[in-house]
Amino acid sequence: MSNKQINWFKFASPQAFYPLAGRMIPWFWGLAAVFGIAGLYIGFLVAPTDAQQGEGYRIIFLHVPASWMSMFIYLVMAFWAGLGLAFNFRLSGMMASALAPTGALFAFLSLWTGALWGKPMWGAWWVWDARLTSELILLFLYVGFIALQSAIDDPRRADKAGAILALVGVVNVPIIYFSVKWWNTLHQGSSVSLTKSPSMAMTMLWGMLLCALACWMYAIAVALMRVRTIMLERERHTDWVRAELRELCEPAGGE
Amino acid sequence: MLKLVHAIISRDLRLAMRRRADIVSALFFFIIVVSLFPLGVGPEPELLRKLAPGVLWVAALLATMLSLPRLFADDHRDGTLEQLALAPQPLGLIVLGKVVAHWLVSGLPLALLAPVLGLQFDLSSDALWVLSSTLLIGTPALSGIGAIGAALTLGVRGGGVLLSLLVLPLYIPVLIFGAGAVDATVTGLGAQAHLSLLGALTLGGVFFAPWPTAAALRIALD
Repeated sequence: MSNKQINWFKFASPQAFYPLAGRMIPWFWGLAAVFGIAGLYIGFLVAPTDAQQGEGYRIIFLHVPASWMSMFIYLVMAFWAGLGLAFNFRLSGMMASALAPTGALFAFLSLWTGALWGKPMWGAWWVWDARLTSELILLFLYVGFIALQSAIDDPRRADKAGAILALVGVVNVPIIYFSVKWWNTLHQGSSVSLTKSPSMAMTMLWGMLLCALACWMYAIAVALMRVRTIMLERERHTDWVRAELRELCEPAGGE
Repeated sequence: MLKLVHAIISRDLRLAMRRRADIVSALFFFIIVVSLFPLGVGPEPELLRKLAPGVLWVAALLATMLSLPRLFADDHRDGTLEQLALAPQPLGLIVLGKVVAHWLVSGLPLALLAPVLGLQFDLSSDALWVLSSTLLIGTPALSGIGAIGAALTLGVRGGGVLLSLLVLPLYIPVLIFGAGAVDATVTGLGAQAHLSLLGALTLGGVFFAPWPTAAALRIALD
């Protein structure tokens, strides 16, 4: 075993990761704020009004990053889950369960903003378009994961069961996506086509990318905060958590 | 290997035959759900023909869901499952045997019964044949995928509702191609492509599902 390898695995233990996460959180919040402000500034003040869609298109600065994140977080969650099953890290399961609510939130946001965009553009809150339908199914998968984890009392078992579900889900997502797409083309013909103009103005693209980065940073910050809470909760019987809590309470008690 | 699977299938079938009421009640659930739809949407033959594939397939999914918890729960309760997991033979094969047995008592009767219910919806004889064969081809996938959910929710509180939350989203492709085949026949397009894809889903589902199911069972037994 080389020295380097030991360093890598050092942060796999909650005790080592807890302070590291604590130090990283403010940075990610800061970056989220910077990127968010820059992205929204470009989105609302710099980007030109769209020729066809008017001002209503500006919701894509939230909508597109949210859908990207919802899909990507599921992959990350499945990655942590697989890692947890393979190496039996305690931290992996905690990360997976810390990510799930954020992923579900983004899936919901994507559907919600999509509906807000669809009403003026398509004249309907909801159409059974392939993308909308698969996003909805993705939300169902998140809900199933969260429900399974919260129904099992033993956290170790909850982690492992959730991991299997996440991996089964990740294998199924492409199958579901293509079957929904096929179903959609058979039933709807070409009544609705999502016209994301390929020649999107550069400023719009920049705004969207900055907002996507902001969503990234937000997701990481929130997941770290949640994972810290999960750690304290699950490891509450250990010495390091007691020491940690004593430190937290000390200033309040001293005054 | 084959002998083991055969032994598991015959054991599960014998157990199922001793409690026929369970099988029959799932079947009647299927019949009742299907019969409720015309009462809800009205008896126009045109509309019913359009609705039939979807209604029959959704009802089949729900009926399968009802019988899934029993797949492992009884064996778990009396300790048989632990003995099976301790056996030197791979747990995946044992699961495969149980999945096949589950299909024989839940999926197969649905496929045989569906044409009779299809008559209520004024389907043509072609469509009835296709309906029956889609259920015949597609329901093994339901038993296979369902086994994963049944193993994950084994002994968990609120297992039944949770099971449907986990498994129903994964059933969507089977539903799309199963109902799509009947729909394609009704509208005059061929059902060939749908049937092939449905067959692929079933083969994939029944082949791969025993692994995660076995892993989930080991977690549940820990």
